[in-house]
Amino acid sequence: MSQPLPGQSAQVPVLALGDVLLVSLQGELHDGMAEQLQHDISSRISASEVTGVVIDISGVDIVDSFLGRVLAEIASTAALLAARTVLAGMRPAVAITLVELGLTLPGLVTALDVDRALELLSQGGT
Amino acid sequence: MPEQDVAESAPQVVSAFLEQRREQIAQRWADAPLFRWVFTVSRDEAVEACKLVVDALSEVAVSGRLEDVATAGFAPVRDQLGRMAQTRARAGSTPAQIAGEVAGLRGPVIELLRAEFTDPDTPHAQECVLALTLLMGTLRLVVMETALDANADLIERQRQQLLEVATPVIKLWEGTVAVPLIGTLDSARSQIVMESLLEAIVDQRARYAILDITGVPTVDSLVAQHLMKTVAAARLMGAECIVSGIRPAIAQTIVQLGIDLGSVLTRASLADALAYALSRQGIEVSRADAGASAR
Repeated sequence: MSQPLPGQSAQVPVLALGDVLLVSLQGELHDGMAEQLQHDISSRISASEVTGVVIDISGVDIVDSFLGRVLAEIASTAALLAARTVLAGMRPAVAITLVELGLTLPGLVTALDVDRALELLSQGGT
Repeated sequence: MPEQDVAESAPQVVSAFLEQRREQIAQRWADAPLFRWVFTVSRDEAVEACKLVVDALSEVAVSGRLEDVATAGFAPVRDQLGRMAQTRARAGSTPAQIAGEVAGLRGPVIELLRAEFTDPDTPHAQECVLALTLLMGTLRLVVMETALDANADLIERQRQQLLEVATPVIKLWEGTVAVPLIGTLDSARSQIVMESLLEAIVDQRARYAILDITGVPTVDSLVAQHLMKTVAAARLMGAECIVSGIRPAIAQTIVQLGIDLGSVLTRASLADALAYALSRQGIEVSRADAGASAR
């Protein structure tokens, strides 16, 4: 695991809301943080009765292929542990950039904001 | 100039001639088709306009830059010439006809210049006539240039207007927005459609977005790609996108081109798409007892 650089938080906080995990990404996500986050989420899901994961990216300006892959990996990992992942709060500019880059994040469920994401998870089904 | 020994150089002679004969030239030109057709109301106005042009030509002749289209001498009349050319174009003249009409101004003025010389066949006189001919040729170019500039401006303005007008995002129902696309989809337009659609999804908190392509005349692989991009972007924003209004001929084209729209939800008409969006949201539209449709 890489050492966090000084002046930069080493971890992304993972909040538990009932049986849902809420992750709010802010700014850039570095390799070390991403790895830590994936580890945190998977251990939290297996440790408790988590049925859903909401990743809020409304504070993210740039989503590149790296972050796209991390998000897809989190979703697949969570799916293996029987939890559904919803990506929430993508900004229009980010969506346009992703589409122009050809990164359409297939396999990820998306929602307009955290509210909608929680609603989606509580409804069940797809 | 090879004939320097003869008093003045040709452009200066031309300039002096234009200044002296200003009135006469203007009178003759006012009867020429170009001015007569533009200034239909009053002949005096035509004469005034002609005088302005003669003054400009005289100034250009003084500067000696007979073949320079961009020379400052033409600046005062550029606007007027442009307007005249536009008037003619609106009346249905082709550019070639307008150019011909401007060329028609050359005859009378050359005639007057030749009359200035006792012997119009001396080399000096010939040179002056040549200089004036050159000058008139440049005038023709200036007219064409201003006319084309005005047209280019018009086209650019209309293109901009089309972009603004042609892509409204309509709220069809609570949580459902639609974009009726009209006209050809190119990269610039699809970019604007995508931006305004995504903004509307955020503003209206829409779950369903309908792209209606009834007004799109042709769908080729590029247009299909733009559509798929828009659909993908809307999905990333958490909205489901429905493409509606694919006409039979277009559906056949899409299949023949081998474009895979399989990942895109499609409906035959905007109404079907709206019905789908409503039913997915658990909204039921039914007939009231009286027979009038109710919410």
